[in-house]
Amino acid sequence: MTGAIAPRYLPAGESALVVEFGERIDVAVHDRVLALDEAVAAAHLAGVIETVPTYRSLMIHFDPRRTSTPALIDAVRGLDPAGAPRKPPRHWRIPVCYDPPFAEDLGEVASRLGLSQDEIVALHSGALYRVYMYGFAPGFTFLGGLPEALAIPRRAAPRPPVPPGSLLIAGGQALIASVSMPTGWYQIGRSPARVFDWRREPMVLADIGDMIQFERIDAAAFAQMCIDAQTTAGR
Amino acid sequence: MRKQQRDGDLARLRILAAGPGATIQDPGRHGYLRYGVTPAGPMDWTAFQTVALALGNEAGAAAIEVSVGGLSVGAEDAPLMVAFAGGAFDWRRDGQPLPAAARLILRRGEILSARAGKSGGWAYLGVAGGVDTPAVMGSRATHVRSGIGGLEGCMLRAGDVLSVGPTRVYAPAADAAIDAPWLSGRLDPIRVVPGPQDDYFSAEALAGFFEANFTLTAAADRMAYRFEGAAVAHARGHDIVSDGVALGAIQIAGDQAPLVLMADRQPTGGYPKLGNVILADIGRLAQMRPGESCRFSRARLDEARAALAALDKEIATTPARLRSLRREMTPAWLLENNLIDGVVKTRERR
Repeated sequence: MTGAIAPRYLPAGESALVVEFGERIDVAVHDRVLALDEAVAAAHLAGVIETVPTYRSLMIHFDPRRTSTPALIDAVRGLDPAGAPRKPPRHWRIPVCYDPPFAEDLGEVASRLGLSQDEIVALHSGALYRVYMYGFAPGFTFLGGLPEALAIPRRAAPRPPVPPGSLLIAGGQALIASVSMPTGWYQIGRSPARVFDWRREPMVLADIGDMIQFERIDAAAFAQMCIDAQTTAGR
Repeated sequence: MRKQQRDGDLARLRILAAGPGATIQDPGRHGYLRYGVTPAGPMDWTAFQTVALALGNEAGAAAIEVSVGGLSVGAEDAPLMVAFAGGAFDWRRDGQPLPAAARLILRRGEILSARAGKSGGWAYLGVAGGVDTPAVMGSRATHVRSGIGGLEGCMLRAGDVLSVGPTRVYAPAADAAIDAPWLSGRLDPIRVVPGPQDDYFSAEALAGFFEANFTLTAAADRMAYRFEGAAVAHARGHDIVSDGVALGAIQIAGDQAPLVLMADRQPTGGYPKLGNVILADIGRLAQMRPGESCRFSRARLDEARAALAALDKEIATTPARLRSLRREMTPAWLLENNLIDGVVKTRERR
């Protein structure tokens, strides 16, 4: 972390502080976000309620009746994130079906990118992704590591809703949808895995900073996994 | 019909009618923002806390948030001590007008109703002991969009019956108005602490924002309030790499209109935020109705903290601001309404 620029401390009202390490999506920037996140959690700073790591910054929510922005900045400056022991990232293999009817936009993506559907599946399932953050909705997973060949701009107008578990790409990013919603992204596959379930412990599978690979399954395996999941969940 | 019932629970609250937007709220869901879970919680925390204090409830107790869609309720099984406060709603008991903020005993068979009054967008109806629905991720707050909290993650409907938590003290008390001047809707500008992306706007754009008159549009719900008035032009584009979003963030997207992010906001967002409405003023802003206007003024962090401390101090006086409504409480009335029995059977707090 030598040569890394000092973070910026930006107020988000009197009850939240943004510690910003950069303005871009970058593994080194995200590493610093996660290191500070762990250091803040370990330090149990007075008044801190919770933290939200994102691509480039850590938002610290705090009780303004118990601490203040300047006091919190001082406390954060006193931490040593680089020296703290880091939790090693876990690697997840998540099953994905890239076949109809689970990959509604695969044909459209193929024609827009000038690639075959098989090439797109090989690129998407061959990459190693990092969980950068959750946002938008519970368990909605923002991933980094999409191969450049799959960089496709967002749609001009949103497409009809995709179901939970959909694998989405657009704007050089990859996502796992956890809720049904209309989207400006392209659906190129779907996983039977439930990435978020508040009744389950832990409620999200992958923690922020964990690594994910997608493993191709066929429609029959998809159906079987859904049945198995329902049986084990008992609902 | 959805019912919550547990053996031994005396008091329950029946929803007789509910307009759209009535939900169960508590101070909000904390600790899961990092997983994309919306905090929810009351739109106007000042009115919410006033109700809790009038009832002697714990700060975390859940209450009903009433929208301009209105609500009417009745006490099931046993009389209930209830309190309400918020915007200038038209509250009535069996058709008889009540103050906009009061604490009273709701007897069996009586109907307590709220309708939108001359101003205000939200009101809170609390019950001694708190509404006792199942907690999800440590909170009873409803987030309808993700179907979490409250009663099955939904808005309240006619026929819902809500359990009530055990009360610390259930002594019969005179019906009382709550004299809460902090809920009167002051007309001063809404104060804003600039940041975290105020540097995405030129000095002129920021100055214009703090000078202009803004009107709340019809696009106002628990998630966000959209204002129109003056365009707030970006100096550096309107896309940023997503970062965290705090309560009251003023987000300026490509349409250059201020969008104030409220209780049901997403925990992260990808548009520049020029500032945050201070906590002391967020309730006041929440109580605005579409078509009403306001101005925004610049505040420093220390001013925001001082304003919050002053408001906290005012709200803490609630228990001393109950003014009797002079409903007679004869022994016969108490017996008739099972209150004496209720006192005897009071349960110990868990």
